[in-house]
Amino acid sequence: MASYETRDYDVLVVGAGGAGLRAAIEASALGVKTGLVCKSLLGKAHTVMAEGGMAAAVASVDPEDTWRVHFRDTMKGGKMLNHWRMAQLHAMESPERVRELQEWGAIFDRTAVGGISQRAFGGHTYKRLCHVGDRTGLEMIRTLQDRGVHAGMDVHMECTITHLLKDGERIAGAFGYFRESGLFVLFRAKAVVLATGGVGKAFKVTSNSWEYTGDGHVLAYEAGADMVDMEFMQFHPTGMVWPPSVRGTLVTEGVRGDGGVLKNSKGERFMFSYIPEAFKNDVAASEEEASRWLAGDKQARRPPELLTRDVCARAIVSEVREGRGSPHGGVLLDIAYMDSEYVKRRLPSMHHQFMELAGMDITKEPMEVGPTAHYAMGGVRVDPETQAATVPGLFAAGEAAGGMHGANRLGGNSLSDLVVFGRRAGQGAAEYAKSLREKPRVNLAEAEACAKELLESFNRSEGENPFVVHEALQDMMEKNAGIVRNEKDLRAAIDALAGLRKRASGVKVSGTRQYNPGWNEAIDLKNLLTVSELLARAALERKESRGAHTREDYPDYDKAFAKVNVVIRRRDGAMQVAQEPLPEMPDELKKLLEGESA
Amino acid sequence: MSDLTLRLFRGDAQGGEIREYRVPVEEGMVVLDAVLRVQSRQSNELACRWNCKAGKCGSCSAEVNGRPRLMCMTRLDLFPEGEPLTVTPIKTFPVIRDLATDVSWNFETNKRITPFTPKADADWKFFQHDVERAQEFRKCIECFLCQNVCHVLRDHDLKDAFMGPRFLVRTAGLEMHPLDVADRLRYLKDEGGIGYCNITKCCTEVCPEKITITDNAIIALKERVVDRFYDPLTWLWRLLTGRRSK
Ligand SMILES: Cc1cc2nc3c(=O)[nH]c(=O)nc-3n(C[C@H](O)[C@H](O)[C@H](O)COP(=O)(O)OP(=O)(O)OC[C@H]3O[C@@H](n4cnc5c(N)ncnc54)[C@H](O)[C@@H]3O)c2cc1C
Ligand code: SF4
Ligand code: SF4
Ligand code: FES
Repeated sequence: MASYETRDYDVLVVGAGGAGLRAAIEASALGVKTGLVCKSLLGKAHTVMAEGGMAAAVASVDPEDTWRVHFRDTMKGGKMLNHWRMAQLHAMESPERVRELQEWGAIFDRTAVGGISQRAFGGHTYKRLCHVGDRTGLEMIRTLQDRGVHAGMDVHMECTITHLLKDGERIAGAFGYFRESGLFVLFRAKAVVLATGGVGKAFKVTSNSWEYTGDGHVLAYEAGADMVDMEFMQFHPTGMVWPPSVRGTLVTEGVRGDGGVLKNSKGERFMFSYIPEAFKNDVAASEEEASRWLAGDKQARRPPELLTRDVCARAIVSEVREGRGSPHGGVLLDIAYMDSEYVKRRLPSMHHQFMELAGMDITKEPMEVGPTAHYAMGGVRVDPETQAATVPGLFAAGEAAGGMHGANRLGGNSLSDLVVFGRRAGQGAAEYAKSLREKPRVNLAEAEACAKELLESFNRSEGENPFVVHEALQDMMEKNAGIVRNEKDLRAAIDALAGLRKRASGVKVSGTRQYNPGWNEAIDLKNLLTVSELLARAALERKESRGAHTREDYPDYDKAFAKVNVVIRRRDGAMQVAQEPLPEMPDELKKLLEGESA
Repeated sequence: MSDLTLRLFRGDAQGGEIREYRVPVEEGMVVLDAVLRVQSRQSNELACRWNCKAGKCGSCSAEVNGRPRLMCMTRLDLFPEGEPLTVTPIKTFPVIRDLATDVSWNFETNKRITPFTPKADADWKFFQHDVERAQEFRKCIECFLCQNVCHVLRDHDLKDAFMGPRFLVRTAGLEMHPLDVADRLRYLKDEGGIGYCNITKCCTEVCPEKITITDNAIIALKERVVDRFYDPLTWLWRLLTGRRSK
């Protein structure tokens, strides 16, 4: 029998990025006993890597901006599939959350009159991204981390949650292990908030780290929660493509927001040829108009490089397919034509990143870029007010939650999402925990079964290398469920996943449990397989192209699909895929969207 | 391109040894790529930390040929071709396994710093030039390379007495925030042990964020501490007027 230690909390927050930290701060402030766990060290979550900024209608640069415009941009960017109430709350509350970060010590870049500087990003009508150079995520996570350690919560670093435990229908706790010692831990908790981030490690070319294995998605799914919008995986248009070892590393959209232009190998600024009908009126008609916009002319419209990410990513794929790509299979992103001091001041970390990793100076030469798997729009279906999942006691926030971004997320809308809904999740979970009269009971036999399952891979005398199986999965998903999809490939993906699952369940791990990445990988691999299947099945269901989901066999929007979310839940041990009507939007919001089609 | 001979520390708190691995090299590869290649192909249980692979998270600190570096930002072509490369864990903190060290002392030290405390009636309008200094310190990615090279921690192991450059940088960021009113000077002197720093600047040299730790953070804080505690005139002035310098 494997032993484990036991810890008790009212609220257990899984994940210490922006969403998890904000949730834990809120829950602690409401006086419930709160624990926070994360797979890495504190402060190393994806949030730290966010570059460009945090979107909020603070209106310190463009005074015309309001939450209404932000709401409309978000819905339009999400191709109207977003949960309207999440998009509304997000637009309304994000300015307050920006000010709160400032009051907690974050120092955003300033405007000439002493306000918060805001930069332009794709799909945002106004300059809306509050930022600190191009290291906004670092500022956010450090501010929350420093606030959090004084808020009274316990932090367990390098601790991975592997199972959720229930008492009847409701959540009773979570099981996991400490990386450092390999020892097991049972957290008994009244409520669990999943803030585990995304799923990018299912793909080969990705901006995401080893942590993004869809753990929260799978924990929720296996606990019986509804998953929504899983077909929408955002491929960021600009990842590095050269040298090979950094393929996928992000190049912030801030480059384009600050004037960077996309060109093909013939030197053409190709985005002018890819402007979708719905955005014709928002985008400059000529290079001349685009330069006037950059110079600050309020009458001019935005350059087409600032179309939403789905549009830019698809345009790049077409250019490369048609033979107009750059030497290493991307396109060129040029900001070298601008003043080099300006570039260094606005984009210091991009300058450094290319200098060190690609050995080139972005103030002198164009960058080579191409799409990279970046962000999961899909996730746990939650109640917008409390972030409660459909399983009592379970909550989700940040990238792990679904609904807010619909078919495509606008850049900058994640950092603001984290704090708006992180706070709400912390509140929701604390109130739920307080409302319980009795603590749910954990079935100890279940905890022991978890421990036993986790140790299986050590017991094999032979078996495959888990890293090799992971790479096979990444190649397969890239090929069959990547940017451009079709029925045949998606079916092939689902078949291949069954085979990979068999391989994954036979991997062999050597060494001890103490800080053993091979063992950790074997555990994460299971989640990657399940989340990949969720993604592939949802993608198969949506027989149209919309936002980040492109089907070459159904290249257009479909009216029927415009009205539904794809929802997946586990029933009788199998994935049940359903189309469910979008929540009904109140008339006053419908009016805001009048004339906008998706 | 030729293969690389990678010599890695393998072991735990009880001790260990350097082991050799051969790794195929591709153009543009960094040290972390080579280490992860060993992990994924030759020794799955090789322990090391990484996250961003772009110098943004400060997870992958190690000593490469004895020099403290971020493995993800250190290109292999920096070193002479054909010569072996040695990667060992950062030395100032106890080894957990292989390249992963126990840096928890840093997180504990951080907790003891008085957090940001704004004026009650703060006007949140302020200008870029007001915050340029503080922003420099806020670039810190907590790689702890500066902590690793500082001789007070590394050679003298004075972790109980000295908070180390990383947390002097953090404190400087708070002290130089135009709206902060907390007073951390006594703490810096008594518990933080700022007096232990004898401005050798080794910390500044290794900082991957190029923060001028010694000149801009430590010396500025030292001046404040001296002003407060060792300058009788300032001390008298403050006693009489009830004001403190900020
Ligand atoms: C390079 C890059 C740049 C970006 N730039 C921007 C930007 O400029 N603006 C913007 O709005 N968005 C940006 N994004 C997106 C945004 O940063 C992320 O979507 C966001 O940070 C996710 O935050 P989160 O709190 O949901 O998760 P994360 O910050 O990723 O945190 C997830 C946490 O969950 C923990 N965890 C995961 N699984 C488990 C488990 N099983 N057990 C315990 N803990 C677990 C992890 O350890 C981690 O602490 C960027 C993303 C990347 C990768
Ligand atoms: S300057 Fe001070 S803090 Fe930095 S390494 Fe030298 S003694 Fe340590
Ligand atoms: S100050 Fe520099 S060297 Fe020290 S921890 Fe921060 S980034 Fe690393
Ligand atoms: S992996 Fe993030 S700094 Fe090296």
